[in-house]
Amino acid sequence: MENVSHLLSLITFIPLLGAIVILFINRECLETLRYVTIAFMLLDFVISLFVYFGFDPSVASMQFVEYRPWIQQWGISYKVGIDGISLLLVMLTTFLGPILVLACWKDITVRVKEFMICLLFLQVGMIGVFVSLDLFLFYVFWEIMLIPMYLLIGVWGNPARRLYAAMKFVLYTIVGSLLMLVAILVLYFMAGKSSGVYTFDLLKLYDFAVPVQAQFWLFLAFFLAFAIKVPMFPFHTWLPDAHTEAPTVGSVVLAAVLLKMGTYGFIRFAIPLFPNAAIDAAWWVALLAVIGIIYGAWVAMVQLDMKRLVAFSSVSHLGFVMLGMFALTTQGVEGSIIQMINHGLSTGALFLIVGMIYERRHTRLISEFGGISKVMPLFAVFFMIFTLSSIGLPGLNGFIGEFLILLGSFGKFTWYTVFAASGVIFAAVYMLWMFQRVMFGEVTNPKNLNLKDIDIREVAVLVPLLIFVVWIGIYPNTFLRRMEPSVKNFIQYVEKKRAAVIAMEEAEGRLVPNLEKISLVSSVTKTRAEK
Amino acid sequence: MIPVPEVVLGGVLPALIIAIAGLLAMLLGLFVRKGAVAVGAIIALIGVLLALMVNNPLRLMNTTAFSGMIALDSYTWFFNLLILFSVGLTVLISMKYLVDQGLNLYEYFALLLFSAVGMMFMVSGIHLLMIFVGLETLSIGVYVLTGVLPKSSKSSEASLKYLLLGAFSSGLFLYGAALLYGSAGTLSLAGMAKYFHSGSVSLMAIVGMGLLLVGFGFKVAAVPFHMWTPDVYDGAPSPITGFMSVGVKAAAFAAFLRVFFECFGSAQITWGHILWVLAVLTMILGNMAAIVQNNIKRMLAYSSIAHAGYILVGMVAGTASGAAGVLYYLLAYIFTNLGAFAVVTMVGRKGEANVYLDDYRGLGKSHPTLALAMSIFLFSLAGIPPTAGFIGKFTIFSAAISAGYVWLVIIGVLTSAASVFYYFRVIMKMYMEAPEVEPERLSFSPSMAFALSITVMAVLYIGIFPTTYLNLATESVKSLF
Repeated sequence: MENVSHLLSLITFIPLLGAIVILFINRECLETLRYVTIAFMLLDFVISLFVYFGFDPSVASMQFVEYRPWIQQWGISYKVGIDGISLLLVMLTTFLGPILVLACWKDITVRVKEFMICLLFLQVGMIGVFVSLDLFLFYVFWEIMLIPMYLLIGVWGNPARRLYAAMKFVLYTIVGSLLMLVAILVLYFMAGKSSGVYTFDLLKLYDFAVPVQAQFWLFLAFFLAFAIKVPMFPFHTWLPDAHTEAPTVGSVVLAAVLLKMGTYGFIRFAIPLFPNAAIDAAWWVALLAVIGIIYGAWVAMVQLDMKRLVAFSSVSHLGFVMLGMFALTTQGVEGSIIQMINHGLSTGALFLIVGMIYERRHTRLISEFGGISKVMPLFAVFFMIFTLSSIGLPGLNGFIGEFLILLGSFGKFTWYTVFAASGVIFAAVYMLWMFQRVMFGEVTNPKNLNLKDIDIREVAVLVPLLIFVVWIGIYPNTFLRRMEPSVKNFIQYVEKKRAAVIAMEEAEGRLVPNLEKISLVSSVTKTRAEK
Repeated sequence: MIPVPEVVLGGVLPALIIAIAGLLAMLLGLFVRKGAVAVGAIIALIGVLLALMVNNPLRLMNTTAFSGMIALDSYTWFFNLLILFSVGLTVLISMKYLVDQGLNLYEYFALLLFSAVGMMFMVSGIHLLMIFVGLETLSIGVYVLTGVLPKSSKSSEASLKYLLLGAFSSGLFLYGAALLYGSAGTLSLAGMAKYFHSGSVSLMAIVGMGLLLVGFGFKVAAVPFHMWTPDVYDGAPSPITGFMSVGVKAAAFAAFLRVFFECFGSAQITWGHILWVLAVLTMILGNMAAIVQNNIKRMLAYSSIAHAGYILVGMVAGTASGAAGVLYYLLAYIFTNLGAFAVVTMVGRKGEANVYLDDYRGLGKSHPTLALAMSIFLFSLAGIPPTAGFIGKFTIFSAAISAGYVWLVIIGVLTSAASVFYYFRVIMKMYMEAPEVEPERLSFSPSMAFALSITVMAVLYIGIFPTTYLNLATESVKSLF
């Protein structure tokens, strides 16, 4: 056990090592730069496989925990670990690493060195966010990842509006995260004053029961940071811009992993730290989620640009993730986690596909295309499968996630679930309609007549994604099994802690006025539950 | 017989060495005509190194000297260190600059050293007169240095403006001291502390305190006493701007903290509220005004105003951890801002022709190392981890929250989010935009390269492993509480 316990640090910092190595490679040797990057990404993935197979699926608590004091006077430590919830997200990140490099092999031709460094840095930040068990450490990784993403959009993005999109991305994210920092500090002092131990250690802070009234404000701050990142309606406006202007690989990372940091933040931080506020707010959050599902779908329907369409479909899909999570039932949360992975795979793949066609035609306008399936049959097969995965066809991954989410939330939010289910239909409408306009019919635009079908490299990019899309669709248990104990534990924990806080408040005679004052919603939820 | 006080030179040795180095620079400058810059710089650097060495014993001392005029304690030690760092780095940054501008001035280094002496006496002063003398000594040096560019009317204007407004603020400071003397009957901080603790504080003393606040507010460039800052920072030679923004600020904050924590401690409620307002105004105005600047020196001037606001937040907290936060913040700020000004100096080229944001276009491509260094400084200024600036903001904000000033911190972080806009805009120019005409290449001088590598490493190192420095800051403020 002693030997393996450094695995998480290894997978977090191997990309950093890669970035340092790349720093010393001549910028003219493009191929070397790419090979070195992909080698480091592959190495990272291989090591993460050790984590995956070494992970004990029957244990609910944190595994591979590594602890080292960092800034002792404030109780800050370098503490990392994973459980069933973060395991899959870490795997998704390391799995996508090599694919990203392969995908940008031909796409990125200017400043390749800097691009690869950014990509590797981004990997460090993302893995770091998923493994850190210390609020300070988490915040550091959370912010670090901003810089490479900002550069990816701003330097290699679409010339027209990249600067605007990059700045918008940074400002939105940073406003949320700075307010979260304030909340982290308030929580730190609150817990420290009551227990006498000042620490940023997440697992120790879990044990601290925050008074209900304070929970409301703290939850609000965390909610804002994560809701911007997810993004939930109405904080989503940065997303279409960032996605559309970013280079293909940037969009893929953004969709596949970065947005998951927001949803992961809810499940790891916001909900378990402030269960009362979270449960009281569940009704509202679910409302925003459902609005997001339907609004995202409607807006996606009218998009002229394929990439923008996929971007808005993200808003819709992540609405599902949030709905399932805030149902706080086993199926709901499991569905929500598996849907995070699904969205990473299928939306990531769709962005790659749009990128491939953009590389050939330098446009993404749907009206420019038509009948592509005749010219690029292999491409059409992949495109079709990922489209179907995205709209939730049974047998592919999207179905599993959406089904579990709808199943899990039906008991809690019946009407919401009904509306959310309509989102599945809208998804079919906008995706299939897009597919039809782009791929079927006669080739109307003469420019499309001589498009080359995808080559070996592009197939190699898509096949790994395809494998998992089918795998999760047919036998999701491989993955569900690993998260189940953690999810069950999570739900029990939230319930127990909520009850404990209420008991504590009652003992102090503060409960009744407080609850009435903060949550108009709790009475609504209660009556709903009674029914 | 007048009793002759026992003189202990050990404690003031750092300041003495710097003063002697200044005199030597002046003297030797008379004999070497051609290499005056090199000679001056070498003398200054040797002086700084020697002073750093003899400064160490101060850390363990806790006495007063010269009939209770100055304190020799770890607080003095810490600020001496900051001042010596900023002088040393400024000298390194200035060497090539002076040669490029055709200024063969050994006086430049002498003045720099003399103002450092003023600063060192100011930070150790525990008597208002001593602090005032230090303040004036440092100011006069800086007034002249601001106007050192002979052919630039902007520089002369800045110098005159600084002199007039500075004299005005010194007058207010002195008047405040007089009023305090009138009510407390003494100007030593300990004596005044006793008076303020006695309970019966006259209105005159309160007015005196307010006037002191104005005087300090002027020197640290807090709103609404910041009016001089943009013009002076813009007109002064870039290395001097850097020096002013860190050295003068650090010294002024040192005295500010000492005076207000040590002797108005019991009246903290009163000045706590005033500082709260000042901090909010400073953070908001500094950051908002910086957004619209297109001249990088003016932008950094407003940014330095904003940073004064963050430091004031630490003072508002009024606790030992707040004061320690201020010290750490200043340490981080010295390396960050001097580094940024080193880049500004380099990019500015001859005659400071290139001080506009647009001049940074394409820097990422033409000078990747320089652009990377600048990015690290900007991240640190914006408070993005893992840089020193982040830990600095974190210490200050956490101290304020633990003292219960949550709203102040919320305002602080929101303005700091706004600051990201203008700091990142420079990065945008460097990496994402292309220049209209390819500017000629910059040449690194060894001293500049050295200064840049020190600052970059310091910004990253004390950002990632802040433990030691936080401890030092905490230790150093102990004598105030």
